[in-house]
Amino acid sequence: MEDISLHVLDIIQNSISAGASCVDIAIKEIPADHSLYVMISDNGTGMDSSEAERSLDPFYTTRTTRRVGLGLPLFKAQAEASGGSLEIDTEKGRGTTVMARFDTRSIDCLPLGRMEDTMATLILCHPDIEFRYTHSYYDKCFEFSTQDIKGKLGDLLISDLSVIGWIRKYISENIEKLYGGVASEVDSGT
Amino acid sequence: MKSIQELEQIKQRTLQEVNLRKDRKGTRVVVGMATCGIAAGARPVLLAFVEEVQKRNLQDITVTQTGCVGVCRLEPIVEVYKPGEEKVTYVKLTPEKAKRIVAEHIVNGQVVTEYTIGAAEK
Repeated sequence: MEDISLHVLDIIQNSISAGASCVDIAIKEIPADHSLYVMISDNGTGMDSSEAERSLDPFYTTRTTRRVGLGLPLFKAQAEASGGSLEIDTEKGRGTTVMARFDTRSIDCLPLGRMEDTMATLILCHPDIEFRYTHSYYDKCFEFSTQDIKGKLGDLLISDLSVIGWIRKYISENIEKLYGGVASEVDSGT
Repeated sequence: MKSIQELEQIKQRTLQEVNLRKDRKGTRVVVGMATCGIAAGARPVLLAFVEEVQKRNLQDITVTQTGCVGVCRLEPIVEVYKPGEEKVTYVKLTPEKAKRIVAEHIVNGQVVTEYTIGAAEK
């Protein structure tokens, strides 16, 4: 994967397969500590301790079509390659939280990438799941929740392409603002 | 700058259009989004479809995802389902190829044969 946002998109496919109705995504950047935390938390079926352990094994998967599952093992390897770590907190029937720390000093630390594209893709493909996105940079914080947006939309579907386009720009501009950048009207392209 | 007020305008505008297109059956664009697809570039391909469909203001098109299609080495893979026609599977897509598929296949009904799985597997 080229960046962290693609890993996030991939890891959340697990949440979706686990039947989650709510997924929380949190990015926490503390440049003074050279830390970037990624937390993905869902209310899906969860795993027992032996499943949780095996989920980090590339040759373990719950699907029946093939015998490999690379999502979590790849994400863990990337976090560790930077000198960070990955932990899974899960309980059968309660849900799963995946927490990764990246050390931003390392040359092997992946860039964060376009979180707005990951969020837009998730919301478009899974309009029935509630996604919450929290992004903090030092003490500044941006929060976004599909529940809030749906409340404003009434009969219009959140997966309507005009809404998805708006969400993508809205998130992108607010992340820019966290970094202190000036929001631009330039089309972000792909 | 995007504001919540603007969302309100989008809602008003779009709901009027949605009412017009309720009964018709549309085209489905399905993008493979497992680890293999994402690593190969499925997300920009999916978003290119979204942008192109929106830019052309096409109605009745749904863009969605599926898991691993099973031929990981040919990812990004996209399946296009047009009502009353056979499914077309496109492989090794890029955002540029996606735009061409919208123009030639979805709008004009001409399958872009050179991007199909049939052409790739020859």
